[in-house]
Amino acid sequence: MSKVHTVSSKEPLFHMIKRDGISAGKAWAIRLIAVVLSLIVCAVVIVAITHQNPLEVYAGIISGAVGTKRRIWVTIRETLLLLLVAIGLTPAFRMRFWNIGAEGQILLGGIASAGLMIAFGNVLPGWLLLLLILVASMIAGMIWGLIPAIFKATFNTNETLFTLMLNYVAMQLVTFCIVYWEKPAGSNTVGIINGDSKAGWFPALFGSDYGLSVILVLAVTLLVHIYMKYSKQGYEINVVGESQNTARYAGINVTAVIIRTMMISGAICGLAGAVVVSGASHTISTSTAGGRGFTAIIVAWMSKFHPGAMILVSLFLVFMQQGSIQIASQFGLNENASDIITGILLFFLIGCEFFIRYQLEFRKKKQEKEVQA
Amino acid sequence: MKKKLVALLTATAMSVMALTGCGDAAAEPAAQATEAAEAAAETEAAQTEAAQTEAASDIKVGVIYIGDENEGYTAAHMAGIEAMKAALGLSDDQVIAKTNIGEDENCYDAAVDLADQGCKIVFANSFGHEDYLLRAAAEYPDVQFAHATGYQATSSGLSNMHNYFTAVYESRYVSGVVAGLKLNEMIESGKITADAAKVGYVGAYPYAEVISGFTSFFLGVRSIVPTATMEVQYTSSWADMTAENEVATALIADGCVLISQHADTTGAPTACEAAGVPCVGYNVDMTSVAPTCALTSASINWGPYYTYAVQSVMNGESFDTDWCRGYEEDADKITPLNDAAIAEGTAEKVAEVEAAIKDGSLHVFDTTTFTVAGKSLEDAIADGTVDASYASYVSDGYFHESELASAPAFALIIDGITELTE
Repeated sequence: MSKVHTVSSKEPLFHMIKRDGISAGKAWAIRLIAVVLSLIVCAVVIVAITHQNPLEVYAGIISGAVGTKRRIWVTIRETLLLLLVAIGLTPAFRMRFWNIGAEGQILLGGIASAGLMIAFGNVLPGWLLLLLILVASMIAGMIWGLIPAIFKATFNTNETLFTLMLNYVAMQLVTFCIVYWEKPAGSNTVGIINGDSKAGWFPALFGSDYGLSVILVLAVTLLVHIYMKYSKQGYEINVVGESQNTARYAGINVTAVIIRTMMISGAICGLAGAVVVSGASHTISTSTAGGRGFTAIIVAWMSKFHPGAMILVSLFLVFMQQGSIQIASQFGLNENASDIITGILLFFLIGCEFFIRYQLEFRKKKQEKEVQA
Repeated sequence: MKKKLVALLTATAMSVMALTGCGDAAAEPAAQATEAAEAAAETEAAQTEAAQTEAASDIKVGVIYIGDENEGYTAAHMAGIEAMKAALGLSDDQVIAKTNIGEDENCYDAAVDLADQGCKIVFANSFGHEDYLLRAAAEYPDVQFAHATGYQATSSGLSNMHNYFTAVYESRYVSGVVAGLKLNEMIESGKITADAAKVGYVGAYPYAEVISGFTSFFLGVRSIVPTATMEVQYTSSWADMTAENEVATALIADGCVLISQHADTTGAPTACEAAGVPCVGYNVDMTSVAPTCALTSASINWGPYYTYAVQSVMNGESFDTDWCRGYEEDADKITPLNDAAIAEGTAEKVAEVEAAIKDGSLHVFDTTTFTVAGKSLEDAIADGTVDASYASYVSDGYFHESELASAPAFALIIDGITELTE
């Protein structure tokens, strides 16, 4: 009896129980609470450290992201870019192939685009050059995805390290190309390519320079969604991701699936390189990918690979990013201030998923009394 | 974005730490910047007091910075903007600054956004910003765009595009004189022989801005120590603390007895302090990291230009497409001499050289003081050793640096200088 007594008094204050299921409404309510709580915590941090009115800072973030027509377009452009990379990563991650090399794949696509713009800017007709750029950038990214896939499939190398290291190789390739393309010599900047002729630039659509990017990205998003959800190959990717042995048992050629999937993943990331270089910056530098290859990993995982959620998460991250430029100039806050806000928001958003999956059961007082009696 | 990712991953756990840590680090250069600004403001306020009558109108000024207050080059520009504000009586909300803007579409976005916000003049401070500023300038003909260190304003044909720079080669020359005096002291005290007076130079990139800079520094050194030689090694980055530290260490190991730099961090002076080798910095006072070794730093005072440009816009006047001034308008200076490191008599010599530059009796690129491939510059141009385009710069016995365009043009390697990474 005394033994039982000791055990029960040591019963923890609460323990967690896996939920059998949760209604969508309840799940979203939990997420909403998380956002509200995180905004309150952010406000406390802002007041404590910067002595600014948090509401004004939030207003500044909103104004920076969507305050003018131009800012809205920039936010859309950046959101789509991030989305495209996240979409590119999805097939690989679904297969449990940790492609950390999107950064390099984007750069390779960028090199292909910039190279073609420089080489054929005055030679080919505009539409042909653009088509060539799109195809070549996808091939370039594909090759960068193919290399680690072949090594993984044949030698079982660690793809995380392999793809990560290829990023640095890609950066060196960019540096190498800049030596030939820089203008003026020695300055380490390529400058705007074909600034006068605009050859190889995405043409303006629907009154915006970024119209074509919108169509391209949304089309790729839709295609990948259909491919993953309804095609046989998409199903194979999921099976390989769950268990390679099961896949083999089911007669799936795992090697072929790995290689094929990484080619698709790399090609989409390569396309993102063309969207950056031909569609937005019209130049190439080692910062062309700008960390999007890494940020997209967060986008893909936070959205659990759901395309609709990916759009929201990309928008959220870019919203904060664009807002940060505004609060930096408006309040003289360092851009790191918005990183902190984003960090707190992400902490709560990711953290709340725990409460969606588990529920906490608190130690019941009644039970305690019974034992003591 | 990359910074963003790091922040995303760590911000949750480290937000408080990062803030307090960064806060301290940020405070120091920022304080230096404001100090410099105040000093500059004082001199300028006196000059322009008469000029600014009811001039503090509702003008808005936009500024695009490549870095922020933690980076020396941008901090110097910020000090210049502060000096302009003080001189012209502008309030804080009349200046909209955007920091950490890269040399890509972000620069264009920033420039047009500033124009949208009603700025009448937009400045950008990094070389690679120029193309994007040109695009914005073509789109907003009523807004003036001014770009530091660039070279395309004249050729662009846009009346609202401007380039500006200062004759920083003058302050580099003066800092070279300071270094030369130090070398002389080392030779006289028997620490090194006259032949061993080899200077090391940590450069960013091998193009005109850097080459013109180290040539003028070297000419300053050699005006004091005729036997001096110099080795230059590049880091391929404007600001890479590790690389600058390594290159400086390598140069010291190679026998260099004094180090100077054209790169933006404190990497080289830190290496020099560790090795006990005297050094000459750039942009900011380096005594905080090299208290016993930093002699001085060649530095730019951007205030006069910002005041001039904004004043012109306020008065509705057009202003220079290419602007480049030096000591004659106090646009250049060296940071305070570090008494713990300099040789005796430095201050007097510096004052003498500065006066000579100001009154025009001393030309930094005097063609009698250097040779290219063993020949004088005039002869080298005549016989084709040096590109004929240099001919338009050379007259009256000196190379007219930064007179045809504000950006530096001297890109020849003169005798006595060796590039290690060629």
